[in-house]
Amino acid sequence: MDTERLINTLALDAGHRERPVGVALAVALLLAAPVSIALFMMVLGMRPDVATAMHNPFFDLKFVVTIALASVAIAISLHLARPEATLAAWGWLLLIPVGLIALGIAFEMMLPHERPWLTRLIGNNAIACVSAIPLFSLPLLAAALFALRRGAPSRPMLAGAVAGLLAAGLGATLYASHCTDDSPLFVATWYPLAIAMVAAVGAFAGRRLLRF
Amino acid sequence: MPERDEEWTGLMRAANAGDAVAYHRLLASITPVLRAAARRGLARAGQPVDQSEDIVQDILLAVHLKRNTWNAEAPFAPWLFAIARNKLIDALRRRGRRVFVNIDDFAEIIAGPPAEETMAARDVTAHLNGLSPRQRDVLQSIAVDSASIAETANRLAMSEGAVRVALHRGLASLAAKLRKE
Repeated sequence: MDTERLINTLALDAGHRERPVGVALAVALLLAAPVSIALFMMVLGMRPDVATAMHNPFFDLKFVVTIALASVAIAISLHLARPEATLAAWGWLLLIPVGLIALGIAFEMMLPHERPWLTRLIGNNAIACVSAIPLFSLPLLAAALFALRRGAPSRPMLAGAVAGLLAAGLGATLYASHCTDDSPLFVATWYPLAIAMVAAVGAFAGRRLLRF
Repeated sequence: MPERDEEWTGLMRAANAGDAVAYHRLLASITPVLRAAARRGLARAGQPVDQSEDIVQDILLAVHLKRNTWNAEAPFAPWLFAIARNKLIDALRRRGRRVFVNIDDFAEIIAGPPAEETMAARDVTAHLNGLSPRQRDVLQSIAVDSASIAETANRLAMSEGAVRVALHRGLASLAAKLRKE
């Protein structure tokens, strides 16, 4: 086939366009969310004192941070799905969740405490945190990667890692409603470990799956 | 070349609005530029330039299948060159070269005079055999024998809608085959 024939063929297929990546990602996440939520309810469930915990600003801060991470990672994922995109323009957004948790730590340090800071940092749920967040994230990661295959990232490994951050942000949001460790020191220590694991899985999967 | 870029952007917008003629013109207009880029990339890597045509076809397929990632508010050329650069790097890597193609190289390539000749030494139809029988028959009919959708539907006793679906899926499978090569 010479190139002219290929062009004629492609023009005959002009009516068929893929959906925008953003639409595909929204649909995929909406389909995967019930799976992760069901998994969460079966394995852990919300903490029993959730109604009173909501009045604790440090409990609420966990959601602010994890939802900020998920939102920022969604925006960067959609950006990186375009071949001409670079991380330079949007990467700084990832500093938002980091800054929020840093503010939380600073604020908590100024308050009087019954427990020393190291006890708060180690908490009671470290192992649960590091294993549960990846577990709840994986269905969301699979869905996100599937949707992002419609994109054309020039750096598929990076795009996969950001998809991992996205999934982990959502997975951590679920986990945060179970966990009784609300200290920002705990959140800043154990959540990033779990999130980094999901990002690493995303990076390796992305390298294979997101190439175009 | 701002006029050329504006023309491409306008054609792509029209194509997205359903204008198949504009789409055809766009593809015909970018092809010589892509060919010059592919030849230059091969020459720089010390590879024979007569293999440029399968790279050009690979790029055209990617442009076609990934045009949903072009943002209609943005100019078309940077998007196109990013796709082309990726495919060029892939192609050179497949040939066992460690390569680094930077943006400035590419801009230089693009500014060069377009090479006009067409070569079909190796091309994407070499991969037709790996497709499902229906996709292969439809692509063979349309892409190799230059039949129309209606003629193909008639010849293969399929509806035109089914031909269109098989055509699109066939192109997507072809691109996937090239990627795995």
